[in-house]
Amino acid sequence: MNWLRRGSSGGTASEPLWKEEFSVRTADERYVTRRQLTKFLVLTSLGMFVGNIWILIRSLFYKAPVYPQQPVAQLGEIPVGGVKLFSYPTKDDHCIMIRTGEDEYVSYSQKCTHLSCAVYYSQAENRLECPCHKGFFSIKDGSVLQGPPSRPLPHIVLEARGEQLVAVGVKG
Amino acid sequence: MPTSNDRPPQNRGLTAIAGAMSLITVLLIVQIWLLSAALESFLGGNRHTALPAAIFSGVMFLICLGLYAFVNRVDSEVRGSENGR
Repeated sequence: MNWLRRGSSGGTASEPLWKEEFSVRTADERYVTRRQLTKFLVLTSLGMFVGNIWILIRSLFYKAPVYPQQPVAQLGEIPVGGVKLFSYPTKDDHCIMIRTGEDEYVSYSQKCTHLSCAVYYSQAENRLECPCHKGFFSIKDGSVLQGPPSRPLPHIVLEARGEQLVAVGVKG
Repeated sequence: MPTSNDRPPQNRGLTAIAGAMSLITVLLIVQIWLLSAALESFLGGNRHTALPAAIFSGVMFLICLGLYAFVNRVDSEVRGSENGR
């Protein structure tokens, strides 16, 4: 068991041999100087600045997307107060359409602007509700009525063409 | 009543460093908030907020950089005076 005891050269009587052999001081390894900490904070500040620059570049080079024209329902297909789900503009963008009156239809993205849960139509409250965090949206314009979402639901622009309802764009 | 001039230079240096680091931390918190607000605004379709947000963020970064240079200088002085003792 000599390997557990102190070495013949150097070392103190209270310090075992393995501490001499593996002379890594955890406290020294974890020691962060003021300069290191300040450098880390300044680099984080640079990261925040770069993030803002990225947003600025995205804003400057923003191009309004071109949306396809897609038939989503037949007129009178759903009853007043009824709901139809469809996908627009891509098959991964789920939307909800509500017939609010005899000739009135509204449609919004079904993705909650808080954490992307699917919103549903509450006929009793006449509003769109997100079941995840109780975010409520107005049926009239998709604006936030209550809850954590800070942005309104994107509005799907619908046009009546003959007997068809056609989605022609997304606002917001 | 003792004044700040009565204290040894090392203590004054350390106080200055602590103050500068606190200021950097506050600026960093403001920058984080600014980035999240600018992103939220951008995703909401308001693209006119990106430029002022980037300018303010840049100004705050420059202040942080200046404070870093200050901390470096004072830290070197404090360490120099400690080693010289």
